[in-house]
Amino acid sequence: MRTHDESIEALLRAARRGDAAAYRRFLAQVGKALRAKIRPALARAGRGNAEVEDIVQETLLAIHLKRDTWSEDRPLAPWLAAIARYKLVDALRRRGLSGAAPLDDVIETIPAPEPEPHVDGDVRKLLDRLPERARRIVTLVSIEGRSAAEAGREIGISEGATRVALHRALKDLARLYRSSGDAH
Amino acid sequence: MRTDDLIAALAADGATSEAGPTPPRGVALALALGGAAVAAIFFAALGPRHDLAASGALAATAAKCGLALLLALAAAGAALRLARPGARPGVAVAALFIVPLALGVWAAVEFATLGAAGWSRRLVGTNALHCLMLIPAFALIPLAGLLAALRRGAPTRPALAGAAAGVAAAGVGALFYALNCTDDSPLFIAAWYSLATAMVAGLGALAADRLLRW
Repeated sequence: MRTHDESIEALLRAARRGDAAAYRRFLAQVGKALRAKIRPALARAGRGNAEVEDIVQETLLAIHLKRDTWSEDRPLAPWLAAIARYKLVDALRRRGLSGAAPLDDVIETIPAPEPEPHVDGDVRKLLDRLPERARRIVTLVSIEGRSAAEAGREIGISEGATRVALHRALKDLARLYRSSGDAH
Repeated sequence: MRTDDLIAALAADGATSEAGPTPPRGVALALALGGAAVAAIFFAALGPRHDLAASGALAATAAKCGLALLLALAAAGAALRLARPGARPGVAVAALFIVPLALGVWAAVEFATLGAAGWSRRLVGTNALHCLMLIPAFALIPLAGLLAALRRGAPTRPALAGAAAGVAAAGVGALFYALNCTDDSPLFIAAWYSLATAMVAGLGALAADRLLRW
């Protein structure tokens, strides 16, 4: 994926050195590219934006949890494309859909800046299936935009414990996404 | 949850990395520790063949063990590649084919020196059942370790990665089993070692299909 100002490879490299702002930009750009690719694949199957967003989120979570498997001496595009394809095929299969367009060129596409649609998929409910404290932590750092330290203070645990709990919550969330859509 | 909110949560988690060894380290550990455990069981329960010092036996055993070791390392390398999204098959997968190729050459040499007479006796051997039971039994230990190590990776074809892990584990099992087995014909190896390896590969694929999804 080539971008106007900074390459996503540079962003992910910076993120690995602890640059959280670069990581956010990386995820936002990848999310845009994913949305642009997944939407037509689902539209052909008559599915709407809510499910597109579910799959975008599930894929972003997978990229996040597996980001260690990219080694910096290798190109990022094939790595991203392989993950995107794996998650899309899996998500479509769970929904009883198949034969969607392959995602070979997902990362080569420069997406036109597309705003995230204001939709809530079924996945919104996934958050409610997390244990109380995990949901609280995820809500604090995501929707309310707190840092791990602030979120920890709010619920009365250390920053380290908050980070551990957040990481575990995200892994649980990834598992919930993975089993979502089965009911369709 | 909106995607932008999720991204905020992921960024907040950006500094936290997975616990445990990376896949390459984990696979190396699984081979080393799994191999050590199999060695301990092997020398306690079975031990090497009694005629190991006899002429011919030593060379044949060395060849069998060498091929088994090569198979284990090449398949472990292939499994690691398969656990990395977007990686090309590469050298490790090519190295996998050296083993059947070498067996073919060995079989040709045997035909050239011994002739075709008695080939079926050499193929059937005397230890086929042992071979089919002991190699998979030994292989279970490294297979468990290899699958655990690969969970940190991201195989886009989990069953294939599990099959590769199974071949690697069978290589470890065969490495020790070959020290005991008195069937030295490449025909025997091509038939029974391969069948045992295929069994473990199938088991690895089945297990990985459940364990290595992400």
